[in-house]
Amino acid sequence: MLWDALMRPDLWAATLAMATPIALPALGGTFSERSGVVNIAMEGIMLIGAFFGVLFSYYTNSAWLGLLGALLMGALISALFAYVTVTLGADQVVVGMGVNIFAAGLTAFMLNTIFGYGGTPRETPALPNITIPGLSDIPFVGPVLGSQNIVVYLMLALVVASHYFLFHTNLGLRIRAVGENPQAADTAGLNVPGLRYLGVIIGGMFSSLGGVYLALGLLNSFEINMSGGRGYIALAAMIFGKWTPFGSLGAALMFGFAMALSMILQGGGVSSNIIQMLPYALTILALTGLVGRSTAPAADGIPYNPNK
Amino acid sequence: MRTCLEVRNVTKSFPGVIANNQVNLDVREGEIHAILGENGAGKSTLVKLIYGLYKPDSGSIRLYDQELNFSSPRQAIQAGIGMVHQHFMLIPALTVAENIVLGAEPGRIHYRRKENVEMVRQLAKQYHMEIDPNAKVGDLTVGLQQRVEILKVFYRKAKLLILDEPTAMLTPQEVGELILVMERLRSQGIPIIFISHKLDEVKRISDRITVMRAGKTVDTVETKSTTPQELANAMVGREVVLHVSKPPQLPGEPVLEVEDIVVSSDRNEKVKGVSFQIRRGEIFGLAGIDGNGQFELIEAITGLRPCKSGRIRLLGNDISSYSVARRTKAGIAYIPQDRQLDGLVMDFELTENFVLRDFFKPPFARGGQMQKKTIEDYATRLSEAFDVRPRQIHALARNLSGGNQQKVILAREVSRNPELLIAAQPTRGLDVGAIQFIHNKLLELRAAGKAILLVSLELDEIMSLSDRIGVIHAGRLMAILPGGQVTREQIGLLMTGVDLKEEG
Amino acid sequence: MQKTIEGLVTPFVAIVIALLIGAVVMLVTGNNPVTAYGALFSGAFGSTVNMSNTLANAIPLILSGLGVAIGFKAGLFNIGAEGQYWIGSMAAVWIGYSVQGLPPILHISLCIIVGMLAAGLWAGIIPGLAKAFVGAHEVITTMMMSYIAIFLSHYMLENGPMMQAGFTPQSPVILPSATLGKIVERTQLSWGLAIALVACVVVYWLLYKTTLGYRLRAVGLNARAASYAGINVPFHLVLALFISGMLAGLAGAVQMLGVQHRLYDSFSSGYGFTAIVVALLANNNPFGVILASIFFASLSTGGQSMQLVSGVPAHLTDVISGIIIFLVATKDIVQMVQKRWRKRQPLAPVKEA
Repeated sequence: MLWDALMRPDLWAATLAMATPIALPALGGTFSERSGVVNIAMEGIMLIGAFFGVLFSYYTNSAWLGLLGALLMGALISALFAYVTVTLGADQVVVGMGVNIFAAGLTAFMLNTIFGYGGTPRETPALPNITIPGLSDIPFVGPVLGSQNIVVYLMLALVVASHYFLFHTNLGLRIRAVGENPQAADTAGLNVPGLRYLGVIIGGMFSSLGGVYLALGLLNSFEINMSGGRGYIALAAMIFGKWTPFGSLGAALMFGFAMALSMILQGGGVSSNIIQMLPYALTILALTGLVGRSTAPAADGIPYNPNK
Repeated sequence: MRTCLEVRNVTKSFPGVIANNQVNLDVREGEIHAILGENGAGKSTLVKLIYGLYKPDSGSIRLYDQELNFSSPRQAIQAGIGMVHQHFMLIPALTVAENIVLGAEPGRIHYRRKENVEMVRQLAKQYHMEIDPNAKVGDLTVGLQQRVEILKVFYRKAKLLILDEPTAMLTPQEVGELILVMERLRSQGIPIIFISHKLDEVKRISDRITVMRAGKTVDTVETKSTTPQELANAMVGREVVLHVSKPPQLPGEPVLEVEDIVVSSDRNEKVKGVSFQIRRGEIFGLAGIDGNGQFELIEAITGLRPCKSGRIRLLGNDISSYSVARRTKAGIAYIPQDRQLDGLVMDFELTENFVLRDFFKPPFARGGQMQKKTIEDYATRLSEAFDVRPRQIHALARNLSGGNQQKVILAREVSRNPELLIAAQPTRGLDVGAIQFIHNKLLELRAAGKAILLVSLELDEIMSLSDRIGVIHAGRLMAILPGGQVTREQIGLLMTGVDLKEEG
Repeated sequence: MQKTIEGLVTPFVAIVIALLIGAVVMLVTGNNPVTAYGALFSGAFGSTVNMSNTLANAIPLILSGLGVAIGFKAGLFNIGAEGQYWIGSMAAVWIGYSVQGLPPILHISLCIIVGMLAAGLWAGIIPGLAKAFVGAHEVITTMMMSYIAIFLSHYMLENGPMMQAGFTPQSPVILPSATLGKIVERTQLSWGLAIALVACVVVYWLLYKTTLGYRLRAVGLNARAASYAGINVPFHLVLALFISGMLAGLAGAVQMLGVQHRLYDSFSSGYGFTAIVVALLANNNPFGVILASIFFASLSTGGQSMQLVSGVPAHLTDVISGIIIFLVATKDIVQMVQKRWRKRQPLAPVKEA
């Protein structure tokens, strides 16, 4: 029965689709933590991205403007987060939690205020699923890689771009330096706060994009708390992927696989609730069993106080 | 030779302390100029002012007659001032090449890996400081890491080099190599300022010396025409007494016996078969350059680190397998190297810190309940006896000065009436008054028949307090010498691994 | 005394500012903050019934808030209080309907003890051991356990062992011998309030008067020095999470025994995250937790009324909670800066040569 499931291309297509809203915030977290800022606010920023994506899409009648609006709001709240943690030096975990709680409340509040209690409008334009001609005709691979929502392809491109940026550009080198030893970076003349802001804001935009995918890609509506813990799973994916873009993608695919499998197996008599536990249990295993103490950027989580 | 750097009447204060008080300095082209002074004299502050890490409250700093007004090191670097810090500003996870070009990378967006590697190779060759550009800095030895730091400075085309305590962590061979580099640079006309508190080094390397004491510049002299005694007097401001007068004492039975201890850490053996004894009424000083295994050794004795092999005996009992708590109970007291990290809970009140070792026992606790009044009385008594200021037992440890924090630790450890007191760097970072207080307390303990293991990086402290001195190098005890009859030179040689017997 | 008053200023100011910001948000969305807050207040405190319900709502917040607070004191961030609440609820309800023939005092005690133990183990075993021995961050592990707990409760109730025959996913009702009586009839206020207040006293005593509390606080403030002092750090980390989980489980048990009397299939109680804000606002002080819980409980009960009367969605109270966290987190900084400046310490140790 399991083998039958594994042979179904829609399982693998679903894997990729389910992995995307985990990979995007995991990428975002990577940028933030590489610059030295622990960011558990991905869950909240996804919600922000999801809600404002729907909001802007509905009112401008364009899903793309919705996406832009969502990115903007994600950047904005990330900038606020960066201000409180980088400039003011507050506890990054506590403030990150604060963002999550605030975002959950804000999005729910605005949903009710603006759209009432019946959910978001059905006519909200969504982001298109696209089909790549040629690729989509190949048996098995075709349905998996050849026709997905556009955000999925965006995600794959961003993974590659992120890898290049972090490991092959001067700016990427600087961001990594700041996350390893901010004092050394400071004496080398780098703008430590500025680079951390950059890492956090880029990270926020990625997380926001993850939320947009949920609300305008998979569905076309916003529901309260629709991120469903993916922001936290993304944290685990990032750690499991050793704070690298490709690693994050790999880990996200693993989690996506678990989620997709639970959906496919649901019909077959095993309680859906037990199966839905899988990704979360897997996350714990990832943290304790296989990964254990993988090394974060050395200065991750430590606010930088220059001797001035 | 013309003057290139001029510091005039510069003053810099921090809350509670005037770090630099009307300081003057002038450095000429092509000279090696040393700034000599004890810990806390203000040397580091001075160069940090030159480098732009701090801004002076008043006074002026001029480079080639141009007034400097730096608000960050970036500007200092652009002006041609390069600094190698005592604690390296390197990023262990990145490679040598990446560390060197960081902040001034060639190219606009793309990181030019191949070009940078080649460029670093050429640079290293130019200055005769061979190094592998692709090595991860974290994997390098201290001496090589220092090369990276110096190369960093020259990559940015420095015209003036500042070295802060450059020899602190080097082996003698590495020191020799460093001196060659410095002399080569001098012959190229590049002025070098180097900071040290080591008299002999300064005498050996510099052209001129500026002595600092308590935040002021005392004097600037030509190295060739000064004697060490004159320099020492200028540094300390009084006739330097080389030996604290200790009443002679006949030591008693052995309290601590250490046999063939081997301690490993990561992949290396940090302590390679060390044996010695400490007797009642004796201060045993352990001398050595930082990083040669002395701290791992005392962690093994206190039980914080496991021994790979060997035995430890306290008053005849084998404590090798005892836990930290059990060894504490058996009579070992420990003043740790890093008081804020290991010795105190900074956000606990003094009361809570005073009972850190024995909080679970009567009279401080009965049946799991803390006895508040008993603890408060104890805290008050100890604060009086050890002159802890301010005398507020409910103050947080965080709010005390370093000296007073150390007194709290000392009071706590000593008042437990231990058989063996291990003191690691007990006077680090303290002012003269606190240092004298602590030294006197240690001598009191000695007179009372306790055994003391003193580990310090300050050779003067070891020499003036110890009855016997053990010198450790690369994890081995090179020799055990009687305290009163040994010279600095002998100890210095042993510290660098030279076996005295070979010297003939 | 002065310390206590100083300690109260920050949360008070944070609340005031947050309420002001909330007012601005309402104005911007075209609502009248005065009517809204008025409805909020009367909904929370306006009558004996309302007041009782507010206090009733505060009970689970006090208990789970205590749990989060004790975790913080040991340096641990337990955000899985929600899941531990569910585990405690499940266990308590199960004992409540399946064990027969016990006098109330024994039955209630048994329900509570089992609920607490189950939740304590939920937090202590996997997240606790993982943190202690592998360094796995408890934020993620407790959160994951939380989701697992929620799915577990769904499973139990939807065609699972705890489901009562019928169409609605819910458990059987607990026996009368396991029910906690009400303090005020026809409200939700049960004698669980007494349990909550006793718990506060116990936690305070534990933290500040016992050697165990000393050890937990030492580990939370400086694990290295604690280790040097002979304190077994890994053991106490596990213990701290265990106790923290127990308290959140107690919250669930009390809620079941006193208010719901059976387990329903809802998605979240909302207490888990609010408990975090409560603990932060109270600065982890057990008695501050009582005040903070009453405040948030009033937002909750009053919020319904506010939505009905003035049309402002009840979720505004969540926005206010989030703002409070931000303010509390930054107030800490401001306070720290003020204190340092007053004591004339440099902000970071100056490395002198």
